[in-house]
Amino acid sequence: MDLALIAAGVIAAGILIYIVLDGFDLGVGILFPFAPDDTSRDVMMNSVAPVWDGNETWLILGGGGLLVFFPVAYSTALPAFYLPVMVLLFALIFRGVAFEFRHSAHTSKFLWDRAFFFGSLVATFAQGVLAGALIQGVTIVDRRFAGGMFDWLSPFSILTGLGLVAGYGLLGATWLVMKSEGETQSWARRAALTLGAAVFIAMVAVSVMTPLLHPAIAERWFGGINALLLAPVPLMTALNAALLYYGLLSGRERLPFFSAIGLFVWGYIGIGVSLFPNIVPPSLTIWEAAAPRSSMIFALGGVAVTLPMIFVYTWYAYSVFRGKASEHGGYAKH
Amino acid sequence: MSAPDAEILARLQFAFTISFHILFPTLTIGLAAFLFFVEAAWLRTKDETYLRLYHFWVRIFALTFGMGVVSGLVLSYQLGTNWSEFSRISGPVLGPLIGFEVLTAFFMEAGFLGVMLFGWNKVGPRLHFLATFLVAFGTMLSSFWILSANSWMQTPQGAHLDPVLGSFVPDDWLAIIFNPSFLYRLSHMLTASFLTTAIFIAGVSAYYHLAGKHKALAAKSQSIALWAILVLAPLQIFIGDQHGLNVLAHQPVKVAAMEANWDRQAGAPLILFALPDSKLEKNHFEISIPKGASLILTHDPNGVVPGLKDVPKEDRPPVGVVFWSFRVMVGLGVLFLLIGLWGAYARYRGTLVHDVWLNRLCLAATPAGFVATLAGWFVAEVGRQPYTIYGVLRTADSASPVISATMIAATLTAFLIVYGGLFGAYLYYLVKLIRVGPALPAPENEDETPEAIRGARPGLVVPGE
Repeated sequence: MDLALIAAGVIAAGILIYIVLDGFDLGVGILFPFAPDDTSRDVMMNSVAPVWDGNETWLILGGGGLLVFFPVAYSTALPAFYLPVMVLLFALIFRGVAFEFRHSAHTSKFLWDRAFFFGSLVATFAQGVLAGALIQGVTIVDRRFAGGMFDWLSPFSILTGLGLVAGYGLLGATWLVMKSEGETQSWARRAALTLGAAVFIAMVAVSVMTPLLHPAIAERWFGGINALLLAPVPLMTALNAALLYYGLLSGRERLPFFSAIGLFVWGYIGIGVSLFPNIVPPSLTIWEAAAPRSSMIFALGGVAVTLPMIFVYTWYAYSVFRGKASEHGGYAKH
Repeated sequence: MSAPDAEILARLQFAFTISFHILFPTLTIGLAAFLFFVEAAWLRTKDETYLRLYHFWVRIFALTFGMGVVSGLVLSYQLGTNWSEFSRISGPVLGPLIGFEVLTAFFMEAGFLGVMLFGWNKVGPRLHFLATFLVAFGTMLSSFWILSANSWMQTPQGAHLDPVLGSFVPDDWLAIIFNPSFLYRLSHMLTASFLTTAIFIAGVSAYYHLAGKHKALAAKSQSIALWAILVLAPLQIFIGDQHGLNVLAHQPVKVAAMEANWDRQAGAPLILFALPDSKLEKNHFEISIPKGASLILTHDPNGVVPGLKDVPKEDRPPVGVVFWSFRVMVGLGVLFLLIGLWGAYARYRGTLVHDVWLNRLCLAATPAGFVATLAGWFVAEVGRQPYTIYGVLRTADSASPVISATMIAATLTAFLIVYGGLFGAYLYYLVKLIRVGPALPAPENEDETPEAIRGARPGLVVPGE
C-alpha cells in the first residue's frame, strides 16, 4: 500500500477543510469595517464566534500533519517561508484574541474591531502569498532549504495573496447571506457580487500564469490527452461561478455559499493537478519527504479512528448554532 | 554575526514563546475541571450559587483559553521555522505524538467549547454538562500527548537514529509514549495545573472577602479551593519527590545542577543558598545542611549524589538558573502546603471568611502557582541542556541552518512587543472581569433577568433558531 499517497490525501483534505472553514470566518473579518452599522457587526461576530476556534484547529492539523507524515517538507518549507509564516501567526494572534477581548471591552472596543479586521486581512494575504510561493517552488539541497530569505516574494505570490483576500471575502459574504437577515443580508449580497467578479479575474490570472512558471506544469495540463481528461476542472469551476451568480441574483440564501465553496474546491483541485506528486515543488516528492513507515502506520491508524469522530462533533457543533445569527447571541447572560 | 548568536537568539525566542504559552493552559486545565465540578454540583443540588459561580468563572476560562489557542498555534509552526533540523531529525517520533494531541484533544475542546460558552439556551442542561465534561477531558488528553512528547525528549527510548535518513525511526510506540519519565511528569504537571488554579481561585475569593463583596459566592469558591489546596499541596510534594528520584536515575547531571553539587560525593549537603560559578566550578556564599541532599535524593544520609564534574564542561547545563528555579519551585510548594493547613485550621475554628490574614496571604499568593509552574519548567528544560533530545541531539545541531541571527532577533523583538501588549490587555480584562465580579441574583440590573440565569433549566429553555 502506498502510505505516502494516502497521507498526502489526508493532508490535502485537511488543508482544503481548513481553507473552506477558516476561509469564511477570516472573510467575515475582512468585511467587518465595511458593514452598514454596529448591529450588523455584532451579528457578523456572533455568526462565527462559536465555531472559529474549531475552524482554526484545522490549521494546526495542517502544520502538525506535515510534521507527522512529511517531516522533510515541514523542515524545508517553513524556513523557506520564514517571514510570511511569522506574519501569518502574528495576524492570527490579533484576530483570535479580538473575539474575547472585544466581548469584554467597552471603551476600547474599536481597538479590537481593528485588530479583528487587520488580523483577518493580513492572515489571509499571508496565506495567499504562501500558496503562491509554494507553487513557484523552493530551493532544496540535500533535504534542507538552501535558498534566500526573500525567495517567496514575487509578482505571482502577491497576486495569489490578493486573490485569496477576494476569495475569503467571497466566502465570508456568502456565509453572511446565509446567516443574516434584512439590511446585513442585502449588504452581504452586494459585497458577494463584487467579490465574485474579483475572484473570477484572479482565478483566470493564476491559471494563465501557473503553467508559465514551470514547463512541467504546462505539460501536465496541455500534453497529449491530458487537456481532454482535465477539461472538467475548468468547466466545473465555470459552472460553480454561474451557480454563484444565479444564487445571488435570484435571492437564494444557501446556494451562494455552497457554490463559493465549489469554486474553492475546483481551484484547489487545479493546484493539486499542477503540483502532484511534489509536496514542496519543484523537486521534493511526497515519497522523498515521507516519514518512516512505522510513523506513517501509527499516525494513519490514529487518523482513521479519530477523523470520523471529529466530523461527527464538528457537525454537531455547527448544528447547535444553525439558523440565523442574532446581534444578541453571544454568552449566556450571567 | 556568527552562528552561536543565532542559536542563542532562537533559544531565547522559544523559551519566551513557550513560557508565555504554558501560563494559559495551566489555568485552563484547572478551570475546566473546576467548572465541571461546579456544574455537577449545580445539577445535583440545584443550588443557584453553583450556577452563578459557573457563569462567572467560565468568562475567565474563555478569555484564558483564547490566549492559549493563539500562543499555542505559534509553537506548532515555530518548531519548523527556527528548529528545522530538530524537526527533520525527531519529526518521525514527535510528529505523531503532537498529531495525536490535535486529533484527540484540540478538535474535541474546540468543538464543544462553543457549546459550553454559547450553548446555554440552545441545548439542555445534561448536554451542556456533557460539553463541559468533554472540554475538561480534552484539556487532560492534550496534556497526555504533549507531556509524552516532552518526556521523550528528556528520556528517549523506543526509536533509533537511522544513519541513511539522518533521522529517528520509531521501533516501539508504546515504549516511546510511556517513556521512563512520562507518568511522573504528567502527574506532576496536571497536579501543578490544579494547584495553580486552586491558589488562583482562593486568591480571587479572598479579594471578595476583603472587599466585602459577593460574600455567599466567594465563601463557596474559597471553600472548594482551600479543600483542593489541602489535598493537592502535599500530594504535589510527594509526586515531586518521586519525579526527582526518576530524574536522578535518568538525568543525573540535571540533579547535580538542581543541587549545585560539583563533585560526586556520599553524604552530600543540601544547599539552601549559593551563587554557583560555572567557570571556577564551585559555589560562592554557600549555606547548607549536612547530608541533606543525600537524604532527600537517595532517602539515605550517606547516599551518593552525582556531581557536575562527572561530565565534561560542554555537557553541563547552566547551573545557576536550574539551581535557583528549583528553589523557587520548592519554596512556593511549601507555602502552598502552609496555606492548605492554615485553611483547614481556620475551617475547624469556623473563621474561614473572617480570617483577614489568611485572606491577605491568599490574595498575595494569587499568581504564585504560575511562578512555581514556570520555575519547575525552567528546571526541566534548562536542566536538559545542552541537548534538545537528552544525550542524543545537541541544541546547537537542532537550529535552522539558514535563518540568520538578524532575522531571529527581529522576530524575537516582535514577539516581545506583541506578547507584552497582549499580556497587558489580558490582565486588564481579567482584572476587570474580577472587579465586576459574579452577577447579582436579583433582577435589579437589566442584564439579570431570572430567565437569563436559569436559561438552561428544563421548561425555560429558549428554543434554538
